[in-house]
Amino acid sequence: MPERGAPEIPVSLVSLRVNGTWLSLRLDNRTTLLDALREHLDLVGAKKGCDHGQCGACTVLVGGRRANSCLLLAVACDGSDVTTVEGLAEGERLHPVQEAFVAHDALQCGYCTPGQICSAVGMLAEAAEGHPSYATAPDRLAADSSPGQGAPEPFDALEIRERMSGNLCRCGAYPNIVDAIAEAARS
Amino acid sequence: MRPFSYLRAATAEEALDAFAARPGAQFLGGGTNLVDLMKLGVTAPEFLIDVSRLPLDSVETTPEGGLHIGATVRNSDLAAHPVVRTRYTALSQALLSGASGQLRNTATTGGNLLQRTRCPYFQDTSKPCNKREPGTGCPARDGVHRDLAVLGHSAHCVATHPSDMAVALAALDATVQVRGAGGERTVPVTDLHRLPGDRPDVDTVLRPGELITGVTLPPRADGGHSGYRKARDRASYAFALASVAATVRVEGGLVRDASLAFGGLAHRPWRARAAEEVLRGAPATVETYARAADAELAAAEPLRDNAFKVTLTRNLTVNVLSDLASRAEEGARPPT
Repeated sequence: MPERGAPEIPVSLVSLRVNGTWLSLRLDNRTTLLDALREHLDLVGAKKGCDHGQCGACTVLVGGRRANSCLLLAVACDGSDVTTVEGLAEGERLHPVQEAFVAHDALQCGYCTPGQICSAVGMLAEAAEGHPSYATAPDRLAADSSPGQGAPEPFDALEIRERMSGNLCRCGAYPNIVDAIAEAARS
Repeated sequence: MRPFSYLRAATAEEALDAFAARPGAQFLGGGTNLVDLMKLGVTAPEFLIDVSRLPLDSVETTPEGGLHIGATVRNSDLAAHPVVRTRYTALSQALLSGASGQLRNTATTGGNLLQRTRCPYFQDTSKPCNKREPGTGCPARDGVHRDLAVLGHSAHCVATHPSDMAVALAALDATVQVRGAGGERTVPVTDLHRLPGDRPDVDTVLRPGELITGVTLPPRADGGHSGYRKARDRASYAFALASVAATVRVEGGLVRDASLAFGGLAHRPWRARAAEEVLRGAPATVETYARAADAELAAAEPLRDNAFKVTLTRNLTVNVLSDLASRAEEGARPPT
């Protein structure tokens, strides 16, 4: 019960397509996408690590692009297509990035893993579209590159580390994370 | 976080009208900084006007041969744009050096310019801060200020502007298009951000309710190269301790033209015009580059713990200019 005389808390009706299913939620405008997923939809794969966009544990795909769900207001995502780690597998068949993380033992405690995997899926799509990174050599960066030309070459550990720097792993599983992503990039 | 009303504006007119009706409003871009500041209690708008989906998301060549960038173009898309990569390389590098892949996908061009300082006192509401609460004082001056300003600061504020993108835009002579109740105007990006003086609470020259609609880059002279280099505490995903954006054109061993801007040193991107004076017409040598950096950095007033930034910036400047000049010479050499 709101206190008598207390101002009404503004809410909005928010439509999201989450892991392929359209949903409608009535949310306090202050609700982040992360809280909408975890507290309202029981999708607890994305983690609330720092809640300030510094650790990447909350990473999901919005419109196919990786984003920190802790810094997105759910109301501002109205009409968006959201994929969480729960939506990557096709039935019992894991996503190739998930397979690679298992094969390379790319985790220890696992807390950052959903964010790492969603980030890697988004990152590989960016690379396939020809997006450069800060690790891309200046002459390659400045070379005329039209979209859709495939991953920059060489797509080595330096590129992977730079492109994945928004995802921290406190256990320090980075070497195996890089190996897993390198394998997924090849496949 | 304080409760707030929300409106998604479909047009710039709708956004401006909404602000006029409720002047306590704030514009919301990608939200990567604003939402965080709302969580921290640094800002508490009662009304958010979402401008992130305004139809300002295109990058187009101008009739003069420059480039117009809409205010809602995402940082990642701008960095990957073929014309930005090839003709305005410093801008692409600056964007790619900033934040993380996730944040660059969300952050907008307009929002990047208007992000607030990451000074730890500004972000901590339990501490005094003249920028957040005018008149409360600046504990950073005698406190933790290793990452803060060495140029253009005041007794009231030693904050730095955190954007990488804005530093490249400053070196590239970009202009910012702004719309408000009084109509449209254009502001050189080097004039957009203020020095703190005795009003550190005012970051920019924008009037209340004015909206950034785009950024325009002038045409680039043929044979010029541009680049951005950033020094930070870890290899990636950290704000600049110091950064340098530069453009250079070398002919016959002489610097024909050059522009230079520093990041991480001041309350605004620092266009280094004294250094440019030294560079123009001088031999394209390491000695010239060092002399140019020194000419600019003579104005530095380091705080107790950040004098290292002066040396760091000098070395970055020499490094960036040497690299660009050698690429310019290679490009000028006839193919063998």
